[in-house]
Amino acid sequence: MKFAVVVFPGSNCDIDMYHAIKDELGEEVEYVWHDDQDLNRFDGILIPGGFSYGDYLRSGSIARFSNVMESIYEANQAGKPILGVCNGFQILLEAGLLPGAMQRNEKLKFICKQVELEVANNETVFTSLYEKGEKITIPVAHGEGNYYCDEATYTKLAENNQIAFTYAENINGSRHGIAGITNERGNVLGMMPHPERAVDALLGSADGLKLFQSIVKSWREAHVTTS
Amino acid sequence: MYNVKVFITLKESVLDPQGAAVKDSLHRLTYNAVEDVRVGKYIELTLKKEDGDIDQQVREMCEKLLANTVIEDYTYEIEEVIPQ
Repeated sequence: MKFAVVVFPGSNCDIDMYHAIKDELGEEVEYVWHDDQDLNRFDGILIPGGFSYGDYLRSGSIARFSNVMESIYEANQAGKPILGVCNGFQILLEAGLLPGAMQRNEKLKFICKQVELEVANNETVFTSLYEKGEKITIPVAHGEGNYYCDEATYTKLAENNQIAFTYAENINGSRHGIAGITNERGNVLGMMPHPERAVDALLGSADGLKLFQSIVKSWREAHVTTS
Repeated sequence: MYNVKVFITLKESVLDPQGAAVKDSLHRLTYNAVEDVRVGKYIELTLKKEDGDIDQQVREMCEKLLANTVIEDYTYEIEEVIPQ
């Protein structure tokens, strides 16, 4: 399976993401510059964290109009898995690929630590290797991770089973403790915690690796026929 | 030429943690009459005069980029200026 790591000016988790895929997951991966207009050669798209375009105006708001976004919309149309982490999640929200918006953390502090997440839905291409309700440890590093959506949107998210991860303890004021959501079709996941930073016990946790392995597993099931 | 002033504020239904922190700070300065603080953004645009509806153009800019209408409201003022 071949992954793209999309790099914007100001991305800073791109190297971690690349490392997670190449060295820990053992799959193919390439960096893709934000001006690239063709992502057809990839099977999965990864939008890493950082501060794209300096977080000017709002986090993700400028990145959302970069050239690469057209091909990300195309990848979405094709149902390819798209993962946005941290700033990547903010970009997916601004781009309208996921519902809701991000606000400053409730206590206004930048939070950088390991947190416990609960797998709220393990029936997605991103979470199938976890148990439902499983507690996993993944680090967060964000100042604007306070997920907001109105009550109608929340009801829809809950009814469609689009909430993938919640914080065991609500660290940033997110609506109903939401840490990660998928789109309705289930091929787009946005999450504030960084699974790519939790892919080896040496890093404090390897709980993030299963997320990437889940993506590969579902891709293999759909694309590789064993004879 | 047009000078456009765009004011972006959080929707009333959305909590403003920054505004709450500023309010606390004003209270610490003994401005106890302050009941609420909402922090927003102010953007100035200078536009060339072209064909087309300026009002509609500015509204589009707000909807597409300047404001995130999931959490923010916007208002704007358009003033035509004649360059000297």
